[in-house]
Amino acid sequence: MATLQSLDIRRRSASNEAPPQIRQNAMEVAKLIDVSKCIGCKACQAACLEWNDLKQEIGYTDGTYNNPTDLTPASWTVMRFTEYEHGDDLEWLIRKDGCMHCDDPGCLKACPAPGAIVQYTNGIVDFVSENCIGCGYCVKGCPFNVPRISKVDRKAYKCTLCSDRVSVGQAPACAKACPTQAIYFGSKQDMIVHAEHRITDLKSRGFKNAGLYNPPGVGGTHVMYVLHHADKPSLYAGLPDDPKISPMVGLWKGILKPISLAAIAFAGVFGFLHYITKGPNEVSEADQRKGDELAGGKHS
Amino acid sequence: MSENNVVSRYTTAARINHWITAVSLILLALSGMALFHPSLYFLTNLFGGGQMTRAVHPWIGVVLFFSFLGLFFRFFTLNLWNRDDTVWMKNLGAVINDREEGLPELGKYNAGQKLVFWGQSILILLLFGSGLVLWDVYFEAFTSIDQKRLSAVVHALCAIGAILIWIVHVYAAIWVKGTLRAMTRGSVTRGWSWKHHRKWFRQEVGKP
Repeated sequence: MATLQSLDIRRRSASNEAPPQIRQNAMEVAKLIDVSKCIGCKACQAACLEWNDLKQEIGYTDGTYNNPTDLTPASWTVMRFTEYEHGDDLEWLIRKDGCMHCDDPGCLKACPAPGAIVQYTNGIVDFVSENCIGCGYCVKGCPFNVPRISKVDRKAYKCTLCSDRVSVGQAPACAKACPTQAIYFGSKQDMIVHAEHRITDLKSRGFKNAGLYNPPGVGGTHVMYVLHHADKPSLYAGLPDDPKISPMVGLWKGILKPISLAAIAFAGVFGFLHYITKGPNEVSEADQRKGDELAGGKHS
Repeated sequence: MSENNVVSRYTTAARINHWITAVSLILLALSGMALFHPSLYFLTNLFGGGQMTRAVHPWIGVVLFFSFLGLFFRFFTLNLWNRDDTVWMKNLGAVINDREEGLPELGKYNAGQKLVFWGQSILILLLFGSGLVLWDVYFEAFTSIDQKRLSAVVHALCAIGAILIWIVHVYAAIWVKGTLRAMTRGSVTRGWSWKHHRKWFRQEVGKP
């Protein structure tokens, strides 16, 4: 990863070096998840485990269909089931949760380890485990609560958008496996166009607030949803209405860094200048004599 | 009073306590800065790489906290603020120009030293508290994500404050000749005591 695709890296965590820019025509990709077509079969979860060679430990049921109950270091995608009641109507909202591949990724911004998180020119945000130090800063940076730290190896894991498959022209495993074609994959532009067709269709069926979830607060995402209730994303198991990188993270990873180094450098330089202009603060002969007198001894 | 024309200033135990604190603070600053700014990430090599730095930093923090707690209880009564300290602070300009003649005689610590003491006391307490919130290995489950984000900012701010105070503290020891031996040998000269801490010196002389 570190060498083969280095021409396609747009951003690299904790790095000041400019990324290579010789390739000009990178196509941004996106996964479009049509929530209105999802039947909650979990084929995507199975395909994810299968392709990525992961094994989710057998857990417990919490009385819902959510299984496992949350994202884990091995489960990079999880169906979240919500029973939405309004009036006499009950809607079963099923959202496939996982990394949103933000255009402005909070995880990458927060990461202190050079090259542990990269963003490719196609928009995929990938964790490079060999560089991960397990600090958990990506968890703090993420507005979607996605990365999970393994208790075994203390490394962070999340959906890769099957970057290995995408790099050889394949669609992500989940999209391939979905039996209702609720998961599409292609260029981001195509996915937005496709979403528009779906939204028009949903509106004609009475979902007047149907819309695309591509939140501008994180620069848009490379995983987008078609929602029947796009006016209330939080209905879908707490999908953030207006996700943004926390201002705390912005402060911590932004202005605080240069200001802090400048303050430390200033203190050092000030001390040095003080010493070379004022000279050392030394005890005079007179002080020594008075000290000896006070102590009642002889001059040493 | 000890022999050889010097004045005893610190016990051996106090000096050991101080140097444990000093070493752990320096190690914390190096490992913390390594994870704070990408340009300083190379400092992780001093600790055996990024993972090791991440793992060892909080443990050094625990050492610092308890070591500093020792210093705190040893010295806090001597660091209580008094009227002379206010006068001294008002004449800080004269002090940094080495013109202390007209200033009140000082006890064991001057106002600058007291500010270093209280500044580090508060900052180390905040660093320890926010550090526990960030110590995911053991305490991940006890706080919310927003508390963790706030702690990251508090931890960074307090660390920079503590490093700045540390620079002042070390520079003062370099600038004021004859100071360092208080921490390396436990004693200072009579001349130094007369010049810098005369009231304390008089008390020491008065002791049986």
